[in-house]
Amino acid sequence: MTWLSDNAVAHLRAVAELPDFSHTRYQLQREIARGGMGVVYEAEDAELHRHVAIKVLASELASEDAIERMRVEARTIARLEHPGIVPLHDVGLLPDGRLWYAMKLVRGRRLDELNAPAADLLRVFLRICEAVAFAHANGIVHCDLKPENVMLGDFGEVLVMDWGVARETGARDAQIAGTRGFMAPEQERGDAVDASADIFALGVMLRTILPSKLPHALDAICAKASASVKSDRYETARHLADDVSRWLDSQPVSAYRENVFERAGRWLSRNRALVTIVLAYLVMRVIVIFWIHR
Amino acid sequence: MFPTTRRSVIAALASDDSDERRRAFDTFVALYWKPLYKYLRVARGREVADAEDLTQSFLAKCFENGSLSAYDAAKASFRTFLRLLFDRFVANELKASQRQKRGGRSVQLDFGDAEIEIAREHDRGGSPEDYFQREWARSVFSLAVERLRDEADLTRFAIFEAYDLDDASHASYRETGERFGISESNVTNALAAMRRCFRGIVLDVLREATASEAEYRAEVRSLLGVDA
Repeated sequence: MTWLSDNAVAHLRAVAELPDFSHTRYQLQREIARGGMGVVYEAEDAELHRHVAIKVLASELASEDAIERMRVEARTIARLEHPGIVPLHDVGLLPDGRLWYAMKLVRGRRLDELNAPAADLLRVFLRICEAVAFAHANGIVHCDLKPENVMLGDFGEVLVMDWGVARETGARDAQIAGTRGFMAPEQERGDAVDASADIFALGVMLRTILPSKLPHALDAICAKASASVKSDRYETARHLADDVSRWLDSQPVSAYRENVFERAGRWLSRNRALVTIVLAYLVMRVIVIFWIHR
Repeated sequence: MFPTTRRSVIAALASDDSDERRRAFDTFVALYWKPLYKYLRVARGREVADAEDLTQSFLAKCFENGSLSAYDAAKASFRTFLRLLFDRFVANELKASQRQKRGGRSVQLDFGDAEIEIAREHDRGGSPEDYFQREWARSVFSLAVERLRDEADLTRFAIFEAYDLDDASHASYRETGERFGISESNVTNALAAMRRCFRGIVLDVLREATASEAEYRAEVRSLLGVDA
């Protein structure tokens, strides 16, 4: 039998797993990521001369069920044409039966790798809510929202990725899929899920990306979004986004009833320029009066 | 797609049909004798004569008394079960000082070839389990290469051998094409086709070497490094 050196074994290991795209217009360049369902490669589209990301189903998962599941994922993404959702370009089967799909290659970093001021993070969060709200309007629940599944492009793009476990609103999945800690209680139990499960995950995500010590109103927004009782959460992702927007504009939020001091503080912070001018005027008056009566 | 034509040799080893059992045993031996022998020699530090004798006795015993039928896929991978069974066999043989070549079916093994391989191997680090796992992977790939050699077009296999198997060669696609008198794109196509076949054969071998769907998936993941 042929003896294979350690290097040859390592090389064969790599080429055996490498998907064969020789019959397509894509040329694989490098591996980008590995996940539960498959491997994502960067590839060049030889026809359009652009780089794309190609997700290929993992070898050991290439069963009829898994292929169908990934096909559903591809169709789900294709249905969701929105600037905040990574667009799908192409889909196909490899000669060995593995399914693949090509999507936009996003250069940038994941949300969990972003180190930015809270206000910037909140503005990114609003964009995520818009994309999720769009999916919900189309009857799709993401079911695995977390900072690792949000990509931030170098030119301000915010894209919600990894729709691998997404399902139709109200659908129940025999297999509980998602990320522990981000899954709503009903999702963890395997009950039917709707938009509310994503709102729970958005609440956890918001708390995760922000500093641990939060202003009361922002803390209340996180708590309301990630309430364990479904009916206590925001009704829609848009309502959650509206509350975050109001907080950014120093307006009262629906999730928190503030006391008179907090209201005064918020009013002061919202009208900082006016308060500064009035204070400056008063100080000047005092100085002038003091100077006249000297 | 799953290779459905190959049956697990582990299941076939328990078959009532003696021909099927013998064929399964031949595949089993082809796949495991070298990892077992080299495991004794390198990871357990046994002398050549000792290791030869014990490997041959163990394989003969496996065929004769059906000790492999005790395998329970729910408890461990077949590879791990086999290594533990082998360890126990070696310990018992040495304790009883009854090591001798057994009668019955003789297993023809090229131990000289295995010794040459041991001398050429560089990576001997890690635990005995790691070493056995590495040798098992080498054995699966070697068997797959042999089957590919039997099945593939001669020129295409020669290109695959020159580009993917030869450590010393650092030729580019263009240089490989010049060597075989074909264009660079034909080299690309030949390699793609050979790798695709090789991958299919590796999956076939793994299907044969495992007893359950879960074990098959775990071994594909382990060998092809999907979760590495």
